[in-house]
Amino acid sequence: MAERLSRSDIQVLETESVSLWRKSFRRLMKNRTAVVGAALLVGIMLLSIFAPVVATHNPTEQSLRNQLRPPSSEHYFGTDDLGRDIFSRVIYGSRISLLVGVGVMTLRGIIGITVGMVAGFVGGRTDHILMRISDAVISFPGILLALAIMAIWGAGLVNVIIALSVVGWPQFTRLVRAEVLSIREREYVEAARGLGLSDVGIMIRHVFPNILPLIIVYASLTISAPIVSEAALSFLGLGIQPPDVSWGRMLSGAQRYMRVAWWMATIPGLAITLTVLSFNLLGDGLRDALDPRMN
Amino acid sequence: MLNYTVKRLLQLVPVLLLISVLVFALVYAIPGDPARMLAPPDASDEEIDRIAERLGLHRPLPVQYGDWFLGVLQGDWGNSISWGRPVLPDLLRRLPATLQLAGLSVLFSVGVAIPVGVLSATKQNSLIDSVSRVGSLLGLSMPNFWVGMMLILLFALQLRWLPASGRRGFEYLILPAITLGTSGMATIMRVTRSTMLEVIRQDYVRTARSKGLSERVVIYKHTLRNALISVITVIGLQMGFRLGGTVVIERVFAYPGLGQLAYQGMMHRDTPMIMGNLMLFATMFCLINLLVDLIYAFVDPRIRYG
Repeated sequence: MAERLSRSDIQVLETESVSLWRKSFRRLMKNRTAVVGAALLVGIMLLSIFAPVVATHNPTEQSLRNQLRPPSSEHYFGTDDLGRDIFSRVIYGSRISLLVGVGVMTLRGIIGITVGMVAGFVGGRTDHILMRISDAVISFPGILLALAIMAIWGAGLVNVIIALSVVGWPQFTRLVRAEVLSIREREYVEAARGLGLSDVGIMIRHVFPNILPLIIVYASLTISAPIVSEAALSFLGLGIQPPDVSWGRMLSGAQRYMRVAWWMATIPGLAITLTVLSFNLLGDGLRDALDPRMN
Repeated sequence: MLNYTVKRLLQLVPVLLLISVLVFALVYAIPGDPARMLAPPDASDEEIDRIAERLGLHRPLPVQYGDWFLGVLQGDWGNSISWGRPVLPDLLRRLPATLQLAGLSVLFSVGVAIPVGVLSATKQNSLIDSVSRVGSLLGLSMPNFWVGMMLILLFALQLRWLPASGRRGFEYLILPAITLGTSGMATIMRVTRSTMLEVIRQDYVRTARSKGLSERVVIYKHTLRNALISVITVIGLQMGFRLGGTVVIERVFAYPGLGQLAYQGMMHRDTPMIMGNLMLFATMFCLINLLVDLIYAFVDPRIRYG
């Protein structure tokens, strides 16, 4: 009897959560900022996917006859010091930014959520040790630690993603742990335990789905951070390396020509700002729709 | 208060220990050969062996760590590979410039954000509210080093009002401080606005109003004061980001602070310099957070005795 009751309890909770998702989606579509952000983001994604079609020039092709040309009908955003077409480079640069953003958030999520769930669920000394380690990682200014890792491991796309993930996972851990601590004591977790589910099973089947909305909101609110960090690393010369095109790297090259070529310094920065802005708008909207607590 | 301060200071010890382990591990416990990394790029295998021998790199890691950490405690932070002189005095000499920059950027962030945030909240949905909300959204979306480049383009190259690089007087600090403070300003503005809106609806504010207090007293004495707690939290939370930002922004403005030293260390793979910078920045971060907690405890007695 007790078993049947708790099973149906769990079912009720699960069907409720499905309709919650649907409700959240409806709320999201009514949120104007979120829709604007999502639309911008879809646009940027399409541009990066269809970069070869959209770009007017080869982004890495140099042309010594066309150095530092101002914007024109031939070169929409002008050319840089090596005569490369800035419009095409900006289009291709979106690929690196989006890749770094998604890659870093995924890796941070995997590390941070695992550590947070283990810390919160197991508790005791494990919890204590894991949390002290994440405290120590948080104590470093993120960009400085990432720079140090890049300096020691060497520049390049893969190391950028790893370095930025190493730096940012503890925030996920703190969030997830706090949530797990409160969920751990709920009736349905006790019911699941009563049904003989293992700790790992409970974490995957019952705890994880319940913290998922929070994780989605947090991830969308913070995904722009690794994008900006990559730009900063590349700006300092310890991030993305040529031939990969990075907005940060373009800005770094623009510094020497600020006096004569304002477009070199302006356009890639606008591209970063627009990308970050669209993520921020979407994140704000998601927060309002999915998690009223985080207002 | 004294008890609380001592307690918090003691709690700092294990965190700093762990930080030092992480810094050490970053250089010495990575896959690969630390001796090769510490050697000049063109060193032969024998030279690398000699370096490993001289630095005792064949000893077990915990022994090496203990040795290094004892040195750190005694003020021996190793010699810079690029300059061949002790790291610590150089770090300490650059420290004031960076603290000045960070401090001024906090002043800028707070000085602009709080008045605008208050106005935005008290005149909700007005023009100034819309402008400040769009402004803070933009401030959060622009990469700080690009803000710096744009400020240089406008105020240094076009208008020629302010210098673009160096540190030879107060005017050299203005553009870097604004650059470093922009995103912090945007966040503080948001938080000020939203907490003000929350506090304004509290019962005690209604009571203050119904007592016949003037709107100014209600806003500044009853509402803003209580909203400030969350503002202090945010300033504390931002400090890590702000300190890290100095590395990038000092580079943009060729500002001779710790950040530049860190940057040069990174570019030359100067490991003692990198480790020194990591230790110093992390320690600063911990001390600032401690200070924020103490300010809390001072403001809110419940924390002291809780």
